[in-house]
Amino acid sequence: MSRNDVLVTVDWVQENLGRPGLVLVEVDEDTTAYDGGHIEGAVKLDWKKDLQDPLRRDYLDKSAFEELLSSRGIGNDDTVVLYGGNNNWFAAYAYWYFKIYGHGDVKLMDGGRKKWELDGRPLSKDPVERPATQYRASEPDLSIRAFRDEVVASIGSKNIVDVRSPDEFSGKILAPAHLPQEQSQRAGHVPTAINIPWSKAANEDGTFKSDEELAKLYAEQGYDESKPTIAYCRIGERSSHTWFVLRELLGKTDVKNYDGSWVEYGSLVGVPIEK
Amino acid sequence: MCGAPKQGGVLDGIDLSTQTVIQGSVWHDGAPVAGAYVRLLDSTDEFTAEVVTSPEGEFRFFAAPGPWKLRALAAVGKGERTLDAEVGLNETTVVVE
Repeated sequence: MSRNDVLVTVDWVQENLGRPGLVLVEVDEDTTAYDGGHIEGAVKLDWKKDLQDPLRRDYLDKSAFEELLSSRGIGNDDTVVLYGGNNNWFAAYAYWYFKIYGHGDVKLMDGGRKKWELDGRPLSKDPVERPATQYRASEPDLSIRAFRDEVVASIGSKNIVDVRSPDEFSGKILAPAHLPQEQSQRAGHVPTAINIPWSKAANEDGTFKSDEELAKLYAEQGYDESKPTIAYCRIGERSSHTWFVLRELLGKTDVKNYDGSWVEYGSLVGVPIEK
Repeated sequence: MCGAPKQGGVLDGIDLSTQTVIQGSVWHDGAPVAGAYVRLLDSTDEFTAEVVTSPEGEFRFFAAPGPWKLRALAAVGKGERTLDAEVGLNETTVVVE
């Protein structure tokens, strides 16, 4: 696995628009972004409405995921290129999700929607219809997903990477600052977690830093190469961005995303917290 | 759960006795800039949040009291502004050149 297997550039996407077997998928936090203009031919996945179980706090089960992808006209053999706003946070979450369910060929568009827009590339408002497919997902690959008990058991033994901003890590604020501050959870972080904000892995235009810069970043921040890793943030989307960097770009093995993240951990009774 | 609220506009439903709201608009050549990317950076210049301005060029953050920096990135240029926020409403403008 290397950068070229998992990332494509905006130039590549523009040159390959309409290529058979290629499906562009926009995944946003703010889903009105897609409706206001999207890359030609791209289908939309709504991070909340489409990708979360409507009742429980969890992602979709296998059959619901199959139904979703079938309805969007995504086939098992298609090359799926994900992109979105917020520096690809939610696209990275979807990437991790597609990997959970074993999709063969999935990539991120480097820089996401932001890079595309800042370059002044064309956006389309045309509705996109793709013929339905019969998508078949694999059983969930839980080797890339961490649950709360594992996080608690990993304190002091694994790399626990808190990718939130320093002010969230220290407990000064409880959510990224584009959202109203929540009052429900305790503030702080998992003891022994190291704070390597996701944003340090990205350039200002939303593209990922080079492999050399990324390797240096984690080495400098106390990342231990010999240990398994769990990444978390608030709800698991920014940590997907870091999970992508560590596992897909830097090729580290045994890296899990804890999608329960601080919203879950900071609400648990009795677990240790540092501030 | 994490949908970025609509940028700018009325403050209905926001408790200004507890929230530290930083809001304003991005301007270039005497006109508001829609679709600009505005970042909120903490006192160490670390990224805290980013939003895209509304059609009227407006942005809004929910922060905490203290020093902050706003950095705007648009197709037409870049701009910065620092401010010291207090609990309640903090309004400002960022000019991009």
